[in-house]
Amino acid sequence: MATTTITKTEKLVGKAMRRQEDPRLITGSATYVDDIQMPGMLHACILRSPHGAANIKSVDIAAALAHPGVAAVYVGKDTEKVGPVPCGASLPGLRVPHHYVLAIDRVYFIGHPVAVVVATDKYIARDAVDLIEVEYETLQAVTDPEKAIGPGAPPVHPEWPDNVAFNYHQEGGDVDTAFAQAEVVVKQRITSQRLIPSSMETRGVVADYNTGDKALTIWSSTQIPHLMRTLVAQMLGAPEHKVRVVTPEVGGGFGSKLNVYAEEALMGFVAMKLGQPVKWIESRRENCMCTIHGRGHVDYFEVAAKKDGTILGIKLKLIQDLGAYHQLLTPAIPTLSVLMMPGLYRCQNVRADIVGAFTNAVPTDAYRGAGRPEATHGIERMVDILAAELKMDPAEIRLKNFIHNDEFPYATGTGLSYDSGNYAAPLHKAMDLIDYHNLREEQRQARSQGRLMGIGLSTYGEICAFGPSPATPAGGWESATVKIEPSGMVTVMTGSSPHGQGEETTFAQITADELGVGIDDVIVLHGDTAIVQYGIGTFGSRGTAVGGTAVYFALQELKKKIKKYGAMLLESEEVSFSDGVCVDHKTGKSVTLAEIAGASHRAMKLPPGTQPGMVETYFWEPPNFAFPFGAHAVVTEVNRETGDIEIKRYVAVDDCGNIINPLIVAGQVHGGVVQGLGQALWEQAVYDDNGQLITGEFMDYAIPRASMIPWIETEHTVTPSPVNPLGVKGVGEAGTIGCSPAVVNSVVDALSTLGVRHIDMPMTPEKIWNLMEGARA
Amino acid sequence: MRIVQLTVNGVSHEVNVWPMARLMDVLREDIGLTGTKEGCGEGECGACAVLLDGELVNSCLIPVMQANGSKIVTIEGLSGSLQEAFLQTGGAQCGICTPGMIMAAHALLERIPKPMLDDIREGLAGNLCRCTGYQKIFDAVTLAAKSA
Ligand code: FES
Ligand code: FES
Repeated sequence: MATTTITKTEKLVGKAMRRQEDPRLITGSATYVDDIQMPGMLHACILRSPHGAANIKSVDIAAALAHPGVAAVYVGKDTEKVGPVPCGASLPGLRVPHHYVLAIDRVYFIGHPVAVVVATDKYIARDAVDLIEVEYETLQAVTDPEKAIGPGAPPVHPEWPDNVAFNYHQEGGDVDTAFAQAEVVVKQRITSQRLIPSSMETRGVVADYNTGDKALTIWSSTQIPHLMRTLVAQMLGAPEHKVRVVTPEVGGGFGSKLNVYAEEALMGFVAMKLGQPVKWIESRRENCMCTIHGRGHVDYFEVAAKKDGTILGIKLKLIQDLGAYHQLLTPAIPTLSVLMMPGLYRCQNVRADIVGAFTNAVPTDAYRGAGRPEATHGIERMVDILAAELKMDPAEIRLKNFIHNDEFPYATGTGLSYDSGNYAAPLHKAMDLIDYHNLREEQRQARSQGRLMGIGLSTYGEICAFGPSPATPAGGWESATVKIEPSGMVTVMTGSSPHGQGEETTFAQITADELGVGIDDVIVLHGDTAIVQYGIGTFGSRGTAVGGTAVYFALQELKKKIKKYGAMLLESEEVSFSDGVCVDHKTGKSVTLAEIAGASHRAMKLPPGTQPGMVETYFWEPPNFAFPFGAHAVVTEVNRETGDIEIKRYVAVDDCGNIINPLIVAGQVHGGVVQGLGQALWEQAVYDDNGQLITGEFMDYAIPRASMIPWIETEHTVTPSPVNPLGVKGVGEAGTIGCSPAVVNSVVDALSTLGVRHIDMPMTPEKIWNLMEGARA
Repeated sequence: MRIVQLTVNGVSHEVNVWPMARLMDVLREDIGLTGTKEGCGEGECGACAVLLDGELVNSCLIPVMQANGSKIVTIEGLSGSLQEAFLQTGGAQCGICTPGMIMAAHALLERIPKPMLDDIREGLAGNLCRCTGYQKIFDAVTLAAKSA
């Protein structure tokens, strides 16, 4: 019963194969960073700023150093030459503060690292941190991005008193004419609050330096092992070929591990100094304080339209809360919002202005969706607001404005080329599934009984499969190597190192189909720069669409070689290869893949112009992004007495192109939707005016629990992407992007009879109750 | 330091540890059973869940001294239809919450052999998962209850 039995000719792509990685996960035998133990390993603990902004007057480490078991203590001046922590994004006129790995004379946010203690035991290291005496002169902090760029705000970085890191403008079409011709203009301030990504495994680093080889190995819980190797080598001034990064099992990332942090370089520095292995594991509190946050938008939207609901133009003024520094992609994230702001609609006239605001907070950066959820939330709220203004049905106004099926590839006003789409299909399917028209009738009855029932839709689009290299900071290609061992067993090495996405399964499915072998005859390796060719990583819903495609192309190259060896062995000019055998159709003779692989390694004879062995590597550069889309429909009811929101139905119809493994796709949608629910209903990173993080642990930061979530009904439409031969589009972020606007639209719909037109997230019971009280007053 | 005796998955161990060391750390570092995971260290996530004398506990909150002489079951000590069900339904993604989730599901099924969906929701409410959205985990527990 365990595995679906598959004969060799049966195709695996499209089947709900159980995951190859799961046997180790369910038995507790997987190795995450914190599971690594080494002889003589030291443990590090970091002293962090308790203030949002302060000058460091003095740091006294004497007592910590004298503590039994402490091997070393380092402060900012010891590590001045390490780093800076890199920012990979560039924008015209971008102000980039020098980001030291340990603060030198000033701290800029709560959690800012100040010193590191290294000891023989993690308890000792933790105790010794408390023995460090730091004298601070506290300064006024600012954590609200709008206040930060307003008059009289304290400067986050004294050299830039206006707290503006950059201004960015993008425009397409003729916005002024569109607004001049408008019969109706709707405006709304919409926020996407700061969120804490909260992967259940925090970050962690183990570093080991071989003093003989002068070689550094870093184990890190990251989404980007190769980029980390390049960047950490730079930060440490170490030669890149003597740095190895190993990514063992990674316990979730959601973008928060698409980064290079101070601690990776810091642990490398410690290991090189002491010549002993050292481990640092982030605590949950540190994860909340010091790992990047997501979102942090204040958006001012304006939409111009005709009375019949035709959207003519969109304006957006976007204030991005950057935090105190730029992490790897911080300033680039809001530019993705701009690209996505027209959503699925035929509107060429768009104008966006971004102000990047420094605040005394941990940097924001990519979190599941990274810029696209904010944009989608905005446009999907605006479309509902416009529908309400025009007394139109929210479904009707969407159908009216969708890009038509015959317009693909569609050039957007923001410079993208949408690859393929059938935007009405998922909306119709979602409406059918939820029984939209009868629901409206039910809602009329509910309202007549005084019940607050709401129906919400969102129709989202997404930029996935990141991406063409010219459009990405570090290269957007992906790599794969496929080897057939002498026995005929297959090893795949992907540069797209996963962290829960199941690529060991999906890539094995693709490989098994192409080579006609069983899935258990394939192993997928990743996440070790000493084993795997250079790769980019897993983020931006690119794993399958870019990484999987690289595997596909490597397999095509390999098949050419297989056929050459097959022809030689069969002494034939014309052979075909399928289902794991090469056949000469004239004679009917055949050789198996294992025989061919063996012959290629023994190399007694070689086909002309062919090398021994059976390995191909492919670096695939995608010609475009891929653009998934879908429709979510949500029924809610608001409790008049308590402000509680009950989600009565949740329907998600996603179109992510062809599906390699429906089990994995469903899991991605479920997980994505629940993170969207978290944002819509509960989650918010809150700083007080002094820069204190109020939501510093799971007691205060409410990520969804099993008891809090509705049943999610998932369905699909399938519109293959023409961008890659697999026809896949990407699905990792879709659920999150589609969710929050559908839920907010539903609750606003429920409360619309009270005159409510917009609600900012999270829609806590307290907020809803206050809204209802306000409406009563 | 102090000698503490624990019977873990049927095997007796005597370990020389800080009396206030967290049971989780002793299991992982001194006994070498790293299947028990740390998600928060504050009793909020259930990644560190084990059975202590038959009861589901968060091992990050238990000073090892308090567990002296007790019988402990960790993920490494379980096998059977529940884990098989997680495989079938795709109940794991990144896997970091999975051991604790399986321990909690095991304890739930001991208490309620045929749970309804709401029983499962409540029974797993102490275990956070950021990847799966829980639905395939619900499926796994339902399947395990059926096949038991
Ligand atoms: S680690 Fe023990 S409850 Fe989270
Ligand atoms: S599978 Fe990743 S946290 Fe549950």
